[in-house]
Amino acid sequence: MFELLGITPQALFGQLLIGLINGSFYALLSLGLAVIFGMLNIINFTHGAQYMLGAFTAFFLLEYAGLGYWWALALAPVLVGITGVIIERLFLQWLYKLDHLYGLLLTFGLALIIEGTFRNFFGSSGLPYSVPPELQGGRNLGFMFLPNYRGWVVLFSLAVCLATWFVIERTRLGAYLRAATENPTLVRAFGINVPRMITLTYGFGVALAALAGVMAAPIYSVSPQMGSGLIIVVFAVVVIGGMGSIMGAIVTGFGLGLIEGLTKVFFPEASNTVIFIIMAIVLLIRPAGLFGRTA
Amino acid sequence: MQRAAEPAAAAGLRSHSEMIAFAAMAAVLAIAPFLAYPIFLMKALCFALFACAFNLLIGYVGLLSFGHALFFGWAAYVSAHAAKVWGLPPELAILTGTAAGAALGAIVGALAIRRQGIYFAMITLALAQMMFFFAVQAPFTHGEDGIQAVPRGKLLGLIDLADPTNLTMYATVLVIFLVCFLLIYRIINSPFGEVLKAIRENESRAVSLGYKTERYKLVAFVLSATFAGVAGATKALVFQLASLTDVDWPTSGEVILMTLVGGLGTLFGPVAGAFFVISLETYLTTRIGQWVLVVQGLIFVLCVMVLRQGIVGEIARVLRIKL
Amino acid sequence: MKSLLSLIALVTALGCASAQAQYTDGIIKIGVMNDMSGTYKDLSGQGSVIAARMAVEDFGAAAKGMKVEIVGADHQNKPDVGSNVVRTWIDTDKVDVIVDVPTSSVALAVNEIVRDKNKVFLVSGAAASDLTGPQCTPNTIHWTYDTWALANGTGKAIVKTGGDTWFFITANYAFGLALERDTAAVVVKNGGKVLGQVRHPFPATDFSSFLLQAQASKAKVIGLANAGADTINSIKQASEFGIVQGGQSLAGLLVFITDVKSLGLQIAQGLILTEAWYWDMNDANREFAKKFSEQNSGIYPSMVHAGVYSAVTHYLKAVDALKSDGDGKAVVAKMKEMPTNDKLFGQGTVRADGRKIHPMYLFEVKKPSESKGPWDMYKLRATIPADEAFRPLSEGGCPLVNKS
Repeated sequence: MFELLGITPQALFGQLLIGLINGSFYALLSLGLAVIFGMLNIINFTHGAQYMLGAFTAFFLLEYAGLGYWWALALAPVLVGITGVIIERLFLQWLYKLDHLYGLLLTFGLALIIEGTFRNFFGSSGLPYSVPPELQGGRNLGFMFLPNYRGWVVLFSLAVCLATWFVIERTRLGAYLRAATENPTLVRAFGINVPRMITLTYGFGVALAALAGVMAAPIYSVSPQMGSGLIIVVFAVVVIGGMGSIMGAIVTGFGLGLIEGLTKVFFPEASNTVIFIIMAIVLLIRPAGLFGRTA
Repeated sequence: MQRAAEPAAAAGLRSHSEMIAFAAMAAVLAIAPFLAYPIFLMKALCFALFACAFNLLIGYVGLLSFGHALFFGWAAYVSAHAAKVWGLPPELAILTGTAAGAALGAIVGALAIRRQGIYFAMITLALAQMMFFFAVQAPFTHGEDGIQAVPRGKLLGLIDLADPTNLTMYATVLVIFLVCFLLIYRIINSPFGEVLKAIRENESRAVSLGYKTERYKLVAFVLSATFAGVAGATKALVFQLASLTDVDWPTSGEVILMTLVGGLGTLFGPVAGAFFVISLETYLTTRIGQWVLVVQGLIFVLCVMVLRQGIVGEIARVLRIKL
Repeated sequence: MKSLLSLIALVTALGCASAQAQYTDGIIKIGVMNDMSGTYKDLSGQGSVIAARMAVEDFGAAAKGMKVEIVGADHQNKPDVGSNVVRTWIDTDKVDVIVDVPTSSVALAVNEIVRDKNKVFLVSGAAASDLTGPQCTPNTIHWTYDTWALANGTGKAIVKTGGDTWFFITANYAFGLALERDTAAVVVKNGGKVLGQVRHPFPATDFSSFLLQAQASKAKVIGLANAGADTINSIKQASEFGIVQGGQSLAGLLVFITDVKSLGLQIAQGLILTEAWYWDMNDANREFAKKFSEQNSGIYPSMVHAGVYSAVTHYLKAVDALKSDGDGKAVVAKMKEMPTNDKLFGQGTVRADGRKIHPMYLFEVKKPSESKGPWDMYKLRATIPADEAFRPLSEGGCPLVNKS
């Protein structure tokens, strides 16, 4: 059967695995967007730029502080998350009472500023960042040669996604968060510091983006434009998955990565538009998104 | 979205300020080519029309489209192709481009209208990006090179638009702009326009009054796309070039910026915004080109935080007139 | 970093020589336009302005009584920005010659405008071989390299040294497809075989899927028919998947020394590419490179910079011989009439179709252990003589070439 499709089963599994790896990035980023949207009702257009900041922070940490990948994995999300907190305190908090579109416009403007500034100083062919020595090389899985680093990416992203889901859906803190999303005034009446939760949630979402950036640094080019194209695809992922649920964002992210991977094998020219096409189809059949709650 | 509050003046007094402003604008634009570089003015006029088309959607229906470059850019491609490959005269080339804009508007609108607010914005962005990738690969657009050396031709077979002083082309562009501007004005100030504003204010109430709001929104979307198409189709002839930049997301962002700076929901806001942004970009490109993106971002942030009514909106509010 | 540089004119001490010359405005104004803030910043950018300035100084314009001014601008890789700048430069600022312009789409747009306004266009950065083909004009000279020369150099030379089975990873847009088509033709013509190709969307970030397909094909050579960030990413990820270690070679069809620098030798080692000029080939080049890098924040000159230097030198010679710079066609005709000779490219000619002729060189990227300095990156594998390096005059389709 496989021969009919023009590809051996080994090659197919190899491509699926690659697709899953790409899906990890989609999942992490759409998770961040979903968390921020769930809490703040703001679409964080700056997400792409913050992903880029994560990668650049990893580069700076290595270049100027001699701190390697493992340090970056821990520090970069914190550092970029702090910038997220600053953004929320300086700008976003004044916009909650307004039409939500203003939040989108503001984060769009911030994304332009961040990307533009980095382009000025680093607008060349992309900066080098190598795979950490512990993860270099790969293993021959029989159907393909899997670089160790890529295997790590899938496993770690999955772990982070599941951990986030667990915290939000199954812990007390998560319960507070979900309650505050539905009825902030009531939750405040119980003595919970809702504005602080909102700020920290935004910071957390941003940190997720930065984490994805650090993970991307060794395999994709560290360049100022790395976020802007990606963020639009992630928007499509989010529309497909529906922003109602955390699990929905994770599943859709990985799933679309797989589909994109398959497209690269059978119809590579369309591989960067297949997600948009799926979005159009989902909109026709199920406008609320696959996991969405409201139509 | 917030917009300039309607002053409680008499209906007659209301349209006076708009008419005066229109006359002043037309007069200034008529003598402008003798004072400033015509190519710059034509670019500003095309973008002003583009911004007016965009404003129709956001200012009067309340829908933020983040992918308007789709209609602008593809109309430019079709118009360029019509003029260069099919050899159509300029007026037909522009019409063909406009038709393309309208057709795309109908398709995209049908898909996007299904969701509200933020989702609508994201869907328009995603669809525009998909069409951008399509433009990169489609042979007739020549990808990165774009469609170059588009002939301007002879308008109505009589007036040579390729005149090196650019005056005939400018006159044509000015007429197109003023006509479309008046058409948009007419749409806004009509029963149809009133329903649109009602939908913007409170859609459920409009529905309860029996209006099929989905249809109204779709028609408004198509109209907006059509006028964006006119702008794009004309621009292709002005610059004799249709390129990927026209369909790329920064162009969508630019038109939002222009309308925001000028004033959402005001008649003249988009025009003022367009001239402002184009002037700024022209000034910056030859000096510090690489900071253009940053400056645009700063203006966005500034407008959202402190200048939500935009320049024209603020003027209108302070003078208590309608603009 | 300023994108607009004004070189203050070199004033003549003795006025008699300049009284004879009829330069527009009395000044020869050179406009260097390229990407000053994006992917091609290091390859061209401010460096091209520096190269132009060095050419003017070395030519001794001052002593000959010529006032030369150089201006620079950033086209941001967009044809509309580029064409606007050039229009304004010619109409308002009286610029006489446009130099450099990487990014073929911009170059093609500028090509049209310069012809309409009868100025001169000296292309160093762009690759489109159409500039000396169907789009050739009497006002344009394509100086440094083009896609045909690269395809021919890389394709032919590799096949002749044993790399006879190929698989292409191609960017699915006009430029990438043209690069693939030209190289495939050369490979087949020289006895090689194309085992397959995969067309990836442009731009792409993740090439793992396409690299896997290339690996599976077992072709000896994987041709990268893409450019810029795509090429860099392909090479980086190829190293991740152990492609070169597995025995296949990578051929970059459009790679510059600045790309190799950004990748680092560890990743790029073994890559085969063709360039028109390399700083470490002779003493004159090395001396130029040293002087250049001192003014360019330590970045060494690319072939594009060298091309700008060479083109500006020859332009000044022609203008000096004609004692005028107003008529673009006349200046270019003069440049085609005079043989070229400068310290970087040596002797050469400019053909009727506007193609500058010089040898091309096939390089291989050194291993880290073989490199003795931060910019010591290439070893020479083959030289393609000038008469074989570029597309034959008759095959181009240039309308200027049908002299009896």
